[in-house]
Amino acid sequence: VQADGTDGNCVTFVLHEEDHTLGNSLRYMVMKNPDVEFCGYCITHPSESKINFRIQTRGSLPAVEPFRKGLNDLMGVCQHVLNTFEVRLLSEERRGL
Amino acid sequence: PLAAAAMAAKRGTDEMRDRVVLGEFGVRNVHTTDFPGNYPGYEDAWDQRRFEEAFRVDIIREEEGALEFDMVGIDAAIANAFRRILLAEVPTMAVEKVFVYNNTSIVQDEILAHRLGLIPIRADPRLFEYRNQGDEEGTEIDTLQFQLKIKCSRNPQAAKESSDPNELYFNHKVYSKHMTWVPLGNQTDLFPDADFRPVHDDILIALLRPGQEIDVLMHCVKGIGKDHAKFSPVATASYRLLPDITLLQPIEDEAAEVLQKCFSPGVIEIQNIKGKKVARVANARLDTFSREVFRHDGLKNLVRLARVRNHYIFSVESTGILPPDVLVSEAIKILMGKCQRFLNELDSVPME
Repeated sequence: VQADGTDGNCVTFVLHEEDHTLGNSLRYMVMKNPDVEFCGYCITHPSESKINFRIQTRGSLPAVEPFRKGLNDLMGVCQHVLNTFEVRLLSEERRGL
Repeated sequence: PLAAAAMAAKRGTDEMRDRVVLGEFGVRNVHTTDFPGNYPGYEDAWDQRRFEEAFRVDIIREEEGALEFDMVGIDAAIANAFRRILLAEVPTMAVEKVFVYNNTSIVQDEILAHRLGLIPIRADPRLFEYRNQGDEEGTEIDTLQFQLKIKCSRNPQAAKESSDPNELYFNHKVYSKHMTWVPLGNQTDLFPDADFRPVHDDILIALLRPGQEIDVLMHCVKGIGKDHAKFSPVATASYRLLPDITLLQPIEDEAAEVLQKCFSPGVIEIQNIKGKKVARVANARLDTFSREVFRHDGLKNLVRLARVRNHYIFSVESTGILPPDVLVSEAIKILMGKCQRFLNELDSVPME
């Protein structure tokens, strides 16, 4: 992970060994944050597996905060999806399907 | 009038927010737009509680190798992430190195090795570790060893005139059932009840004639689909959005018959109301959207074809290594692992 930008509000993170799988889902979670003015990601070159993930915040919030919040929110979503899925599986098994 | 216009406008934005509309010449409203600030009056900021209330999973059909389930209330980015992980990042065990001691068959060494690599091996990858880079030997915690030793010979009891190879030769077809597990080190103690073998016994590997022999030793390692497609645990994993067909005006009589033929069977049903035949959308889920209705000028403006943006119908077919419900759980855990990795890095590396 590398950070690079003019001040703390506009930061481009370089995530190694990642692609659209994490990039797009993380971009969605960060965009849902009302403090974020701009969020996007791009794959610099298809032969290298790294993405440039840019966050610009409204106001004076340091850009690392929406990044961290996005990651935590995505963890929360996955955890809830996993729990719901396993609960449904168990209830289907119990019904003998 | 003002209230009606406002209602119509709201319906329009609602449609833009949660339907992907299939027009005659293109698809509209493809991208998710419900981010905070885009729509005044809508609460779009991320709220875990609101998400949990709206989210649900329904298991539609579970067969031995295939699972069809619905995820409602999630966005395309995350559904696609699960699909990509199922295809490329859930690990499995597959043959990686083939030590050829003797191969006098007609199949070249490298072709034989390639074929052996593609055979799915029934071994739970969660019991094994990844092999360290640069480690050539392979230890018992990251490698499974298989042996394939087979020799073709002539059958002395065959009839003189027969030309059926099944009668004339022994072992002329090399199947995957001829692969035997050779335990390494303390694997017999680690896995006392395990029975490591290929998932299917009847995969034809090579054909032999008398005098030809194959004697190879294979090492299986743990890998992911991103590295080589042989490690992919799913035959395929795909999703589609739930179709949503609305009839903008009542359609009767012959038009109703034509409409029923435009869609997949079971989607439109014709009811007899007061002597007239009236069409009704019975089960939009079955439709495959061939858009036949746009070829009929009389019907194309009376029907709206759309898809529900956040209702995903997943279909996961496993190759047999792991059951499909385990695969989906593993995929979700892998996405969590990725997030955790970056959270740990954020905490450990000081940001300048």
